[in-house]
Amino acid sequence: MFIRNYLIPRLLQYFLVIFLGITIVFFIPRMAPTNPVERTIAEIRSRGTYLDPAYVQQMVDALTEMYGLSGSWLQQYKDFWVRLSTGDFGVSFFQFPTPVMTLIKRALPWTVGLLFTTTVFSWLFGNIVGGIAGYAHNRRWSKLLDGIMMFIRPIPYYVFALGLLILFGYVYRKFPIAGGASIGRTPSFTLSYILDVLRHAFLPATSLAVLGAASWFQTSKLIVQNVNAEDFVQYAQLGGVKESRIIFRYIIRNAMLPQITNLALSLGQILSGALITEIVFSYPGLGNLLYSAISTGDYNLIMGIISLSIVAITTLVLIVDLVYPLFDPRIRYK
Amino acid sequence: MVMPLRSTLKELFRDYRFLCAFIVLCFLAALAVLSFFSPYDPTVWYYAPRDLRPSAQHILGTCSRGQDIFWQATFSIRNSLVISVVAGLISRIIAVVVGLVAGYQGGKADRLLMFISDGFLVIPLFLIIVMLAMLIRDKMNIFTTGLLLAVFGWAWDARVIRSQVLSLREREFTKTAILSGTRTLELVFKEYMPYITPLAFSTLINNMSWAIGMEMTLSIVGLTNMDIPTLGTTLKWALNYQAILMRRWNWLLTPVLLSVLLFIALYWLSVSISEYLDPRTRVQRVGGE
Repeated sequence: MFIRNYLIPRLLQYFLVIFLGITIVFFIPRMAPTNPVERTIAEIRSRGTYLDPAYVQQMVDALTEMYGLSGSWLQQYKDFWVRLSTGDFGVSFFQFPTPVMTLIKRALPWTVGLLFTTTVFSWLFGNIVGGIAGYAHNRRWSKLLDGIMMFIRPIPYYVFALGLLILFGYVYRKFPIAGGASIGRTPSFTLSYILDVLRHAFLPATSLAVLGAASWFQTSKLIVQNVNAEDFVQYAQLGGVKESRIIFRYIIRNAMLPQITNLALSLGQILSGALITEIVFSYPGLGNLLYSAISTGDYNLIMGIISLSIVAITTLVLIVDLVYPLFDPRIRYK
Repeated sequence: MVMPLRSTLKELFRDYRFLCAFIVLCFLAALAVLSFFSPYDPTVWYYAPRDLRPSAQHILGTCSRGQDIFWQATFSIRNSLVISVVAGLISRIIAVVVGLVAGYQGGKADRLLMFISDGFLVIPLFLIIVMLAMLIRDKMNIFTTGLLLAVFGWAWDARVIRSQVLSLREREFTKTAILSGTRTLELVFKEYMPYITPLAFSTLINNMSWAIGMEMTLSIVGLTNMDIPTLGTTLKWALNYQAILMRRWNWLLTPVLLSVLLFIALYWLSVSISEYLDPRTRVQRVGGE
């Protein structure tokens, strides 16, 4: 029953979203009024380089091939999927002969590290603290915390990160303002290198974690305030069940379930936020790579990053959705 | 839920958050209106000496492009607000139509529309917006920017409206109306709209805030028209001229603080309104305090 009613439709949806997403990514650059090949050549010319006409034709052919623009649209579309499935996104123009995949592989660990730690931390922290604050919503500290969140929550990723950068990178020079590690250091498993990486990650991670936690805090508090009013909570209170047990075992556990779904729904936004934050702190992850790709008009690199993000995020959402029944016994037996 | 306007406003203004937000937004709107009386053309450079400190003649000083920071800020607020209103209104129309059709029709239309909006929620939209913005880079102005953001800003709110319509459809009065021969369009516009309009309004505010933030981000990555002063482009110019390193705080912090004020005011307004609309938190507010 579970497989037929839930798993198969969900998997179908998963493949359909990826299919449509990648198709959109394929068609957007091809709808451009300007041909990327002509654009690249015009850019080279605008730098004042003289190009021999015979040489230009060769360049046009080579660039057309590299952009995957040779043949009919259908052929290009098929090639695109074939290349995608082998992880081949062509070569980057911004760092010329380097394949896009190499650049992405170099940047990926930084983004994944930043994203994973801050998301897990802010989700757990925001939900637990928000849950306790929702239970004790008449206490002064709970109201104070809620008041602070009212100021943090609406700030977009970029502005918040910039504020932290100015405050701790320039005014009180406590933390490095750019990069993932000190320049010239070779990666190694020594304590000093790890500390160096952590120190560089501190500001971007704080920025993401605070904004994330603020949003989880508020939703969790709201959910718990509604659970508070349910009969079973009053019954437990009247029955003399210990308060910590009521909060953690009965209330927060109940409140966390919808938050798992919310996590799945907001993963795309969280990724966008991480990319933006990386740009602010020149953190060597995918966000910064994207930034260079945009400023140099490097289509292959942009398409590579976007395709990969779509596949990664939809897969993560699928995993969260599939794991969800493990936490919710009501769904497990349906 | 359908209440007369005056008593609604009266109760809303009793909430200090609504009051604060309202005052701040009036202040910002006044700044935006002031731009129409600006003595300077915002696209002209070097009409004033560069990098002046705040003085009587230039209240906030001048920037490295020889422009008056105060008057430039009035233009940037105005343009950012226009972008957000364009984005917000158009995406509200999409959200209301999608929500109504999906909720009222149900069946295949519902599944298709919700599949699309789910897809929009899951995919990292920022990246798709970046890609499209690169395409129309040369044609980016406040309206195209607003339109671009509108195309992507409706998915979540369409879901909210759909669930409201779903619950309205199950109510007694829908059956009475259908059985007494009311046509669908009439039913939707006369009976449902009073319930949907407040929802559309409270989501509009959130959406405007999102659009302003997105515009700033797009400007920072260099995808909007840098000749049009908005909160994003003003900040980008300051960053381009190394305002942080040179410690030109009057230049850098003007767009940052104005946008922070705007974000907080919009958020407080929307929290206040949605608490007012949601009877569950309302009962709690009245009962708890």
